[in-house]
Parts: sequence; structure tokens; C-alpha cells
Amino acid sequence: MNAKTLIQILLLFSSLSILSIGGGNTVLPEMHHKAVSNYHWLTDKQFADIFAISQSAPGPSILIVTMLGYKAAGVLGAILATIAMMVPAGILVYIVSRVWESAKESPVRAAIEKGFAPLTVGLVLASAFVMSKAADHDWRAFLLTGICTVIFTTTKINPLFIVSIAGFIGWMGWV
Amino acid sequence: MTPNSSTSEAPTPSLVELALTFNHIALASFGGGLSAWSREIVVVQKNWMRDEEFLSAVTMCRILPGANQVNLAVFVGSKFRGIPGAVAATFGLTLVPVILVLILAWFYFQYNEVPALQGILKGAAAAAVALTISMAIKTGQKCLRGVVPVILFALIFYANGIHHWPLLGCLAVLAPIALIWGWPKEKKS
Repeated sequence: MNAKTLIQILLLFSSLSILSIGGGNTVLPEMHHKAVSNYHWLTDKQFADIFAISQSAPGPSILIVTMLGYKAAGVLGAILATIAMMVPAGILVYIVSRVWESAKESPVRAAIEKGFAPLTVGLVLASAFVMSKAADHDWRAFLLTGICTVIFTTTKINPLFIVSIAGFIGWMGWV
Repeated sequence: MTPNSSTSEAPTPSLVELALTFNHIALASFGGGLSAWSREIVVVQKNWMRDEEFLSAVTMCRILPGANQVNLAVFVGSKFRGIPGAVAATFGLTLVPVILVLILAWFYFQYNEVPALQGILKGAAAAAVALTISMAIKTGQKCLRGVVPVILFALIFYANGIHHWPLLGCLAVLAPIALIWGWPKEKKS
């Protein structure tokens, strides 16, 4: 670990932060290219493995950068990579949220709130569809998803309880 | 458009509460479904935002660069407490997951294998998909009233979910239509 690596981490992830329009996963190919081919922080297979691990961990999906930073420069690298990936985009979101708050009476805000709602519902359903494909669902997993959907939609049972039971069912190897 | 109906929101949360709430959201989402968990807690349990405001924030956070869920934490945090609120919410969302990921990274690079959590995660992921679907059902019941919103909903689901057309391309076409449809009508007095 040296200062040069830390600077590479800082520059790479803060620029990817700004470039990641549409979500963190949109810059994965570029991240892969730089980390594996340019900087040789890790191998192709390691990149694929830590991507899978980072997707299965709780929290934001972008935490693959924490693992990349760790491999490149230890715990300090991990923390730096995580902060670099969040701050530039975060500043932009902060500015937008300020404008949003100050525009309470604006017709633009009213139009966005009303008009984006059906689009968001469509995107949320699309992400559920993509998630079930990524998790490689078979009929048993779809059945579990179906049962859980009915429970979530029609009862007030704490979702965490249901997710935990589903995790247990998976642990037993039933899905 | 009923005036003053949006003032029934909960009192402003403290920085600690913001951090703890987003930590709760992050940990609850161990099988995925972070958007659905955010709505479950921010809108349903805490009553910090109305559904309309939350949904539009979700899509704005998707359009803007950055991880969607981090962006949402920044958005909600700064709505209540400005920059310190944004930092507290982001910190709450990421601290424990970062520690967990570091432990996993250490384990992986030490032993060159992925910890055997796959079974648990497979089950939890099935439930997380369900939570996401039920979020679409619950929010859809409120806003998918009429022909235009249903068409907008169906088109973007088809384009982005089934055809995997890029989000920005889909929105470039559909967002203007959505905004024209959503533009407040002049009140006829």
C-alpha cells in the first residue's frame, strides 16, 4: 500500500461516482476495466467473486467498491473508496433536494410528483423482475415469492419476520 | 390537489434517529429490496414522507448519478436536517454494511472462497422480490387510476424490465409525457 494507490482509488471512484448516472451498476464495466486491466489490483475471477459477495451483503449494492479498495490498499483503501464513491454524487443529490424543498408550490414539482409516480411503480416492478432473474429463481422460489407477496400485500405482519422465515427456508435447502 | 392535506407528516427526526432508521433499513434488506424497505420504513412506519413525494424522490435518485439507495438516504436526510442530516442518514445506511463487507472481503482474500450463506440468501431474496412486488401493488393502487398512468406504467415496465432498455433512454421518451399529464390544471374559478 502506498500513497500512489490511495490517489488512484480516490480519483477512480470519485469520477465513477459522477459518471454512474442511473445507478452504481452502470459503471461496473469501467470499474472492472480499471481495477483488473489498468491497475492490476485483482484478477478477473476475483472481481466476479467479490461482485457476487457484495450483492449478497445487506445495504447499498455499490459496496463492491469497499472490497476493491480493501484489496488495493487495505482498510484505509476500503474506507477511501467507499467515501469517494458516495460524496460527489451525494453533493449533487443534496443540491437537487434543496431545490426540491424550495419548490413546494411549483407546478413542476406537482407535475413530477404526479407524473413520475406511475413510472416509478413500473420501474419498481421491473426491478423485482430483474432481481428474480438475477437470483436464478426456480419454481420453488417463485412459489415462495408468490406466498410472501400475498402476505406482504394483505397482512400487517412485520416484513422482517417473513424475510427471516424465507431465509430459514433457504438455509434448509427448500428453495 | 387538496390544500393542507400534506401537513400531517411526523415531526422532524433527530440526526441520531435518521442514522438509526437508515441502519435499520440497510440491515432489514439483507436479501435485497432496499427500495421496498425504504418505503416500508420511511413512508409506512415513520410517516416521514407521503407516497407521492417518496416515489418521485426514488426516480430522481435513480436519474442522478450515484448508488440509488445512498442517494435516497441523502435526499431524505437533507430534507429534514440539511447537510448533517444527509451525512447521518448515509452513515447509518452504510456503516454496518461496510464493516460486514470488509469482514467478507478479508475472509475471501484470505481463504479464496465465498462464505456459505448462499442458501439463506436465496430464500431471503425470494422474499425481497415479494416485498418489492407488494410495494408496486400498494403504490400502484393509489396512482394507477386512469388510462394514461396505466399506459406509462406498462410501457416502462416492458421497456426497462423485459427488454432491458437503459433507464435514461426510457425516461427520455416517457418522462415528458408523464410531466405533461401530471402538470396541474389551471383552476377554473
